[in-house]
Amino acid sequence: MEDMTNKDVREPYTEHRLCYYDGASRRVLVKDEEIPFPEGKLIVSRTDLRGIITHCNHAFVEMSGYTEAELLGQPHYILRHPDMPKAIFKDAWETVARGEKWHGYVKNLCKDGRYYWVYATIILNVRAGNPISCTSVRRKPSRTQVEACIAYYAQLKQAEV
Amino acid sequence: MKPYVLTVSPDFPPAQIAGWYIFNTWLQRQLGVPIHVDLFDDFASQRAVIQDDGIDLIYANPFDAAMLVREKGFTAIATPLHKSDEAIIAVAADSPVKRIEDLAPGIRIASTDDPDVNLIAMIMLEPADLSAQNVQTHTVDTYVLVAKRLLQGKADVGFFLRDAFETLSGMIQRQLRELIRSEIHVIRHVLLASPSLQEQHEQLRRILPAMSTDPKGKGVLESMGLQGWEIQEQEDTEFMIDLMDTLVN
Repeated sequence: MEDMTNKDVREPYTEHRLCYYDGASRRVLVKDEEIPFPEGKLIVSRTDLRGIITHCNHAFVEMSGYTEAELLGQPHYILRHPDMPKAIFKDAWETVARGEKWHGYVKNLCKDGRYYWVYATIILNVRAGNPISCTSVRRKPSRTQVEACIAYYAQLKQAEV
Repeated sequence: MKPYVLTVSPDFPPAQIAGWYIFNTWLQRQLGVPIHVDLFDDFASQRAVIQDDGIDLIYANPFDAAMLVREKGFTAIATPLHKSDEAIIAVAADSPVKRIEDLAPGIRIASTDDPDVNLIAMIMLEPADLSAQNVQTHTVDTYVLVAKRLLQGKADVGFFLRDAFETLSGMIQRQLRELIRSEIHVIRHVLLASPSLQEQHEQLRRILPAMSTDPKGKGVLESMGLQGWEIQEQEDTEFMIDLMDTLVN
């Protein structure tokens, strides 16, 4: 996946290098600016079992700042924000792989370096008894829960170092 | 020959009852099989008949579609064109509540027993830290009664199916204020056929999309409040069911 550049992200921003579970890494540029979740909408996407985006709805495209063509075929971690602890995603994938529903609060990174918080639910899609893909639905989160997660995730990130 | 049974999700507007009977007459002529319309006042009584395998064709609420497809082996045939299920949360026009986050635990909700509207509306209350555990819900039979409770000050918010809200009289609507409306787009009613109608599945898939291009068919659609039908592939229904599954706690 390509590094983020100042072509898409205007200053001021901070620069980070993210290393993903599959060994890939990417430079991301992050702005301290939150985008509010769109009222009444759901952000929906599907990935294959490796986490590659195969479908996304209009709200997903709009919030991410990428075009649909830029998103399809990319790993879902294209939206990974450096403030998100790895343990959260590890828990999500392990929970879903067991066939259980995962819920959690996630801070996502947009193409332009801004971010948005969501309350996400991920489930495994099973057809004829076989897992074939994952559906993820994000909705507007409770601010109280987001504030709690900001503190908790900061602790988890510190423990990663 | 015992007639097949057609039913409609109980959340359809009462003004369209006649339309479904007209649709049934049209359908019987097209398919050449006897079909009887059986309508229900509420979701519970309809589900009881479904459980007894008493329904062959159903214009189903997306919430019930999951059970019908996964437990009863129904097949998705078609969905209405340009018509998704959306919910509106409204308050009385003079309510001090301006946004969802102004609502606090203990609020009084007026709603019907429409499961997908209640599901979507409860999701829209989550940002205010509200859930079924910390609200008081009063269920009434119709959306007009939901509006009435708001106007009488007996409820703080009311849950409405968008289409039902928009068909309330102008006088009632002027006394209400929309707080939020969902824009989910992918949750839709779906016409499902039971395995007993297997022989007619293909014919249904052929005649329904053509309805809107035929003058007679178009008139029938208008009486049902629909613009037309589009074919729903089984995977589209499976996807909608997966999506509903993510929304149910």
